[in-house]
Amino acid sequence: MALVNCENITLSYEGRNVISDLTFHLGKGEYLCIVGENGSGKSTLLKGILGFVKPSEGTISFDGIAQNEIGYLPQQTDRQKDFPASVSEIVISGCLNRMGFRPFYSSKEKNLAARNMERLGISSMVQKPYNELSGGQQQRVLLARALCAAESLLVLDEPVTGLDPVVTGELYELIRKLHQEGMTIIMVSHDVSAALKYADLILHLHHNGYFFGTRREYEQSPFCMMLKPGGDEE
Amino acid sequence: MHISDFLSYPFMVNALIVGLLVSVCCALLGVSLVLRRFSMIGDGLSHVGFGALAIATVAGVAPLTVAVPVVVLSAFILLRISERGRIGGDAAIALISTSALAIGVMAVSMNSGINTDISNYMFGSILALSRSDVILSVVLAVIVLLFFLFFYHRIFAVTFDETFARATGVKAGLYNTLTAMFTALTVVLGMRMMGALLISALIIFPPLTAMRICRTFRTVTVCSLLLSLFSFTAGLFLSFLYGTPAGAGIVVTDLVFFLLFSIAGAIRRK
Repeated sequence: MALVNCENITLSYEGRNVISDLTFHLGKGEYLCIVGENGSGKSTLLKGILGFVKPSEGTISFDGIAQNEIGYLPQQTDRQKDFPASVSEIVISGCLNRMGFRPFYSSKEKNLAARNMERLGISSMVQKPYNELSGGQQQRVLLARALCAAESLLVLDEPVTGLDPVVTGELYELIRKLHQEGMTIIMVSHDVSAALKYADLILHLHHNGYFFGTRREYEQSPFCMMLKPGGDEE
Repeated sequence: MHISDFLSYPFMVNALIVGLLVSVCCALLGVSLVLRRFSMIGDGLSHVGFGALAIATVAGVAPLTVAVPVVVLSAFILLRISERGRIGGDAAIALISTSALAIGVMAVSMNSGINTDISNYMFGSILALSRSDVILSVVLAVIVLLFFLFFYHRIFAVTFDETFARATGVKAGLYNTLTAMFTALTVVLGMRMMGALLISALIIFPPLTAMRICRTFRTVTVCSLLLSLFSFTAGLFLSFLYGTPAGAGIVVTDLVFFLLFSIAGAIRRK
């Protein structure tokens, strides 16, 4: 069984089915990019994977990890931009899924947080306030938090939104590095060129139907034309 | 005037105990409420509390037996409205606040005419506190303190990023509900002393003032707690000296601290 299994799922948002009869499997260590126009159901699918909405039909299951062991990188909210919190306070909150009923973090969790900050090159800013960091640094902090929660799967929701091209490139490289270290990645993106550059597998959601396959297969498919500049949509 | 004079009146001792405990609750709950943009909930609750107290007085029943269930119920409703985050959420809160206020004023006026009762509810009176208020506030403060101590990290996670917290299995809805419920109880307990129009200042001022200078969640929480305790004591003493309503004295002290911290924060950022 693969790490992530979506079998014939139907998901609805505000009473409307936005995804119907979707099936895909993601093996350990694979890199999947989910693309599609706005409103095609990308966010709803993420909510399904994270367990916020239950599929009305079909099943979403995981092999070897629990649903709360997904390392999730949500889109930033305005509220967070001026939130008083230190880098370490945020990163270690990714360990909450390991706490059970314990009220406080143990040294094991503190070490895990420190290791992940080192992994993402933010060790020098441990005590810095989050709201004084640049956009790229903030994403690294949230990614380090996701790594604390992640056993083997990272789910990234539009990770490069609002970043300049240089920082965007750095973040993609960082994600590539994590993938090479064995992380399974699911990334929702508007950026088809990045998807084609980094991902092994592409899931393209569309109002009527979807495409799921390897990057090569996708490049040959009519779906690919839709999102490319000069294609017949967007 | 000596500090022992201040404490020689039993009602002053009651006011000090209840006030300090309510301040602790307000400061802790306030950090989470303000950061989540739920400041208006405290304000809405106090107006609903006023309406409930007024009706209880007119009906001749014990004030808390009406106010507690009504305000707790309103807290859930206001929380749901705020969580939706749609346009009109704040308008809906304003609608509920003013309606409750109007109903309360109607109830009291039809019964006795606008007079001391209304004034006491709106601006508070330290004479209103009884022995049972002291006991209630001890119980509430202990529960709120334990809630914060044991769930501190989870409360941080839900406050900073509810979506992420839910993804890691934190029951965000439960924390929101408990926060709303504790806020409702704190407001009901504190409003007769602070006044319906002023109790929400106790929730909003300390965290906002702390945030002028502090930059981490932990320091904001601790600073907010200390500010809240200090402003309450200083404000109560001030009103005792000048014979003004306690609530007003406390809020003015809060305002002074807010301005001082804002200036200090602006200088530091330069």
